[in-house]
Amino acid sequence: MYKAYETGFRSQTLSFKEKFWGISFFYVLLITILAVVGVVMLYSAANGSWQPWAGRQLIRFGLGFGVMLVMAFMDVRIFLRYAYLFYFGVLALLVIVEIGGHVGMGAQRWINLGFIRLQPSELMKIALVLALARYFNSVSLQHIESVKGLIFPAVLVVVPVVLVLIQPDLGTALMLLFSAGAMFFVVGVQLWKFGVVLFSGILCLPVAWHFLHTYQKNRVLTFLDPERDPLGAGYHIIQSKIALGSGGVFGKGFLNGTQSHLNFLPEKHTDFIFTMLSEEFGMIGAVLIILVNFLIIAYSFVFALRSASYFGKLLVIGLATNYFLYVIINISMVLGLLPVVGIPLPLISYGGTVILSVMAGFGIILAVNTNRNINIGKD
Amino acid sequence: MNRDNDKGKLLISRSFFLGGIQLFLLFLLIFRLYYLQVYQADKYKTLADENRISTRLLVPPRGIIYDRHHQMLAGNQQNFQALMVAEQTTNVDDTLAAFQKIMPLTEEEEKRIRKDLKKNRSFVPIKIKDNLSWEEAAHILLNAPDLPGVIIDEGLSRYYPYGGMFSHVIGYVAAVSEEDVKDDPLLEVPGFKIGKSGIEKIYEKELRGKAGNQKLEVNAVGRIMKEIEREDGVSGKNIELSLDVRLQKKAYELLGEESGAIVMMNVSTGEILAFASAPAFNPNSFTNGLSTEEWNSLNHNEKKPLLNKAVAGLYSPGSTFKMVVALAALEAGVIDRKSRSFCAGKMVLGNHTFHCWKNIGHGYINVVQALQHSCDIFFYETAQKLGINRIAAMARRFGFGAKTGIGIENEKSGLIPDTEWKMERFGEPWQQGESIISGIGQGYILTTPLQLAVMVSRIANGGYEVNPTFRKVSDAGKQALKSMGLSSQNIEMVQQGMFDVVNTPGGTALMARFNFDGQRMAGKTGTTQVRRITMKERQSGVLKQSELPWKYRNHALFVGYAPQDNPKYAVAVLIEHGGSGSSASAPLGGKMLLEALKLDATDQPVD
Repeated sequence: MYKAYETGFRSQTLSFKEKFWGISFFYVLLITILAVVGVVMLYSAANGSWQPWAGRQLIRFGLGFGVMLVMAFMDVRIFLRYAYLFYFGVLALLVIVEIGGHVGMGAQRWINLGFIRLQPSELMKIALVLALARYFNSVSLQHIESVKGLIFPAVLVVVPVVLVLIQPDLGTALMLLFSAGAMFFVVGVQLWKFGVVLFSGILCLPVAWHFLHTYQKNRVLTFLDPERDPLGAGYHIIQSKIALGSGGVFGKGFLNGTQSHLNFLPEKHTDFIFTMLSEEFGMIGAVLIILVNFLIIAYSFVFALRSASYFGKLLVIGLATNYFLYVIINISMVLGLLPVVGIPLPLISYGGTVILSVMAGFGIILAVNTNRNINIGKD
Repeated sequence: MNRDNDKGKLLISRSFFLGGIQLFLLFLLIFRLYYLQVYQADKYKTLADENRISTRLLVPPRGIIYDRHHQMLAGNQQNFQALMVAEQTTNVDDTLAAFQKIMPLTEEEEKRIRKDLKKNRSFVPIKIKDNLSWEEAAHILLNAPDLPGVIIDEGLSRYYPYGGMFSHVIGYVAAVSEEDVKDDPLLEVPGFKIGKSGIEKIYEKELRGKAGNQKLEVNAVGRIMKEIEREDGVSGKNIELSLDVRLQKKAYELLGEESGAIVMMNVSTGEILAFASAPAFNPNSFTNGLSTEEWNSLNHNEKKPLLNKAVAGLYSPGSTFKMVVALAALEAGVIDRKSRSFCAGKMVLGNHTFHCWKNIGHGYINVVQALQHSCDIFFYETAQKLGINRIAAMARRFGFGAKTGIGIENEKSGLIPDTEWKMERFGEPWQQGESIISGIGQGYILTTPLQLAVMVSRIANGGYEVNPTFRKVSDAGKQALKSMGLSSQNIEMVQQGMFDVVNTPGGTALMARFNFDGQRMAGKTGTTQVRRITMKERQSGVLKQSELPWKYRNHALFVGYAPQDNPKYAVAVLIEHGGSGSSASAPLGGKMLLEALKLDATDQPVD
């Protein structure tokens, strides 16, 4: 009330100039560094050619950069206002995909819009964060701590997760679940409730295992024992480790990765691009990329804490966690620490929707930072 | 309001916690990177190299085999094959059809090509046709614009320019089989051929050379990206043999359609100059794989072209053995120059009658005359006096009963019987009658034509232990011959007898004599029965050889040397079922020696 009073005197809307200078240029620089590294690696993945990936990735990053700027210049209150609308829109798209999407890579994930193959599950990652942030912003701590208060947000989470699961896209479903879980945690849901969910989850594992596709079971089994089928399911992870390990400290040099260029490394332009980077630029290159990501996450959390509004904080934490999940899952996967689940390394891996959704997320984070002093009510 | 404040505080404290965990997890990845990229780097570097580097063996060219005058006997021929790379064709069927227009393919070949195409990735070259001549290869290249994806590949295949003429000496090469000892990685190379018989087998290690290595970078599907390293192997060593193409040619000319063997060697060096076993076979057909038909016809031929009769054919030496018996007797003092026997055409021992080949008998006869006329009675009596063991001992000194060690596989040692041997073999004591027929080289005695050539060489060189070899002996590398310790007078007596065989009227090889600038030949004929002449037949008149079926006719042998005064060349001739040594073998031996002397005369100035 004190703050509301103070801000009451100021214009609640920032000018264009204020918004521009409010953007964290360092944050944008970190993002751009990753994107440039991505384009460079895609150039290498095509054996030193802009075709077919590097050039298109550059255009996509340009588009994503535009989306980020548009988001960054938005008023945070607009996000609040349209959060549910956006959520239900994306949910509708997910249903459409389920009914008649394009079949690609064995899973129905795309809507072909002509210029881009839209992956609604990617958009859902933002939509879910928006919807949850709006909901938790609107309710009291008492409500959050009650079981009744968790029914609605739980439904918000479960419906898209189930839809994504039947696509089937286990990786994205888990990411949705984890980022939602992180939000449930930060808003103050009691830890014992997580314990209950975790416990019942473990109880359900045998049943869940039953519903997994054969290839998904193979991925898990292969993760547990990569030598189980070295030329089949275990091939990816074994070759990835060989590529990484043989890169050594300094790497084999740009365009000189033997594992990548002789095609021993599969999916080198998408899920395993970090491996290729580590092979060509060694541990030094790999650590630098991790460091840049470390800074992006750290800055995001600083932005969250600096934001005056509960909604803004929660929004940034949700989106940052979402980005973190991409990074940690992808890198852990190629390092052989997690099963191969098909999660790309955003900004670096080749892929359109991921860039657009991640850049939109960064735009929202930047907008929250720009609007950090604007207080937002409960609705 | 208070609760709202709590809500915000809780958010902040839990955010700190969440952010901390996230940053910590990211940090942990660095440890994993360290483990893989530093701690285990060497292991993975090795694995990466194993992935990308494919090592191939480079087959060295096989050593060339020459005769003593550097004529190529076995060489490597450029061999062209047409290959097709499916991914370089616009359409596999079109290319094949176009190829068929230039060079028809059999149905079998087409089937195999289709199968190979299905089995291999599209960048792997598929064999369309191999063993193409240069002309055929050129014809295909000329039509290259119509044959996209077709390439001509050249390799080396073993080639024997003289065909069958050296098949029993040089042998042949063929694909490595299960039994071969795989002590060299080269043997694992598909299509690699090794020596399977003859010189090719004896000198396999020298001829083979050392494999080269080629390290290639390959991608995940096995396509060759580039050559990383190449270490050329060492070509096989060329080998110069003692053989003389011209004498070899002569030997086969003389043998003609007969089944038999001719071996000629230098009496002082042991160098084999001609080594023929007839009929021969074409070793070139072995190199490219023999068809069942060819194999059957070789195997079922009654003249046994695959049998190397010069070393693996066992024959009674017959009268050619008489020199050994004579020397044994002379050395033992059982007879001397003047000892005479009376030949009445037959000799009775107990209830058994031994016949001389000459029914009316030779009358009184000494050792030189007995050799000249090949009188059997003289040698019956001599053998009877000597006993088998002294004959056997002398025979062994001349190299009989043991392998000569020339190295050719399947060489037989022959058989020189003695009393001990008979006891062991049959459990029965030796009979005197057996000594008697041994005196004329019949009975249990078995020899090879090569052993006969060695024997006659040792007589010709005055009793020195010369051993046969296929390698050309340089003047410096001449074997220092060990004397057999025979009396030179005794040797001379035998030599005189052999000279008379050819050059004195009444000699059994008179028809074969020659006089080339005063150089003459000495020799000894031999005729051995392959069937027993029954008493009944002897009474009703022995059938003429020409009246008998081929396989019942006598074997005809001849051993000889020339020139008579300074012997240089020795020859042994065997004609299976040739009838008689005098008429079938002696003329061949004479022609061989004459040819050698003539060549000597023309070669001399060149040396």
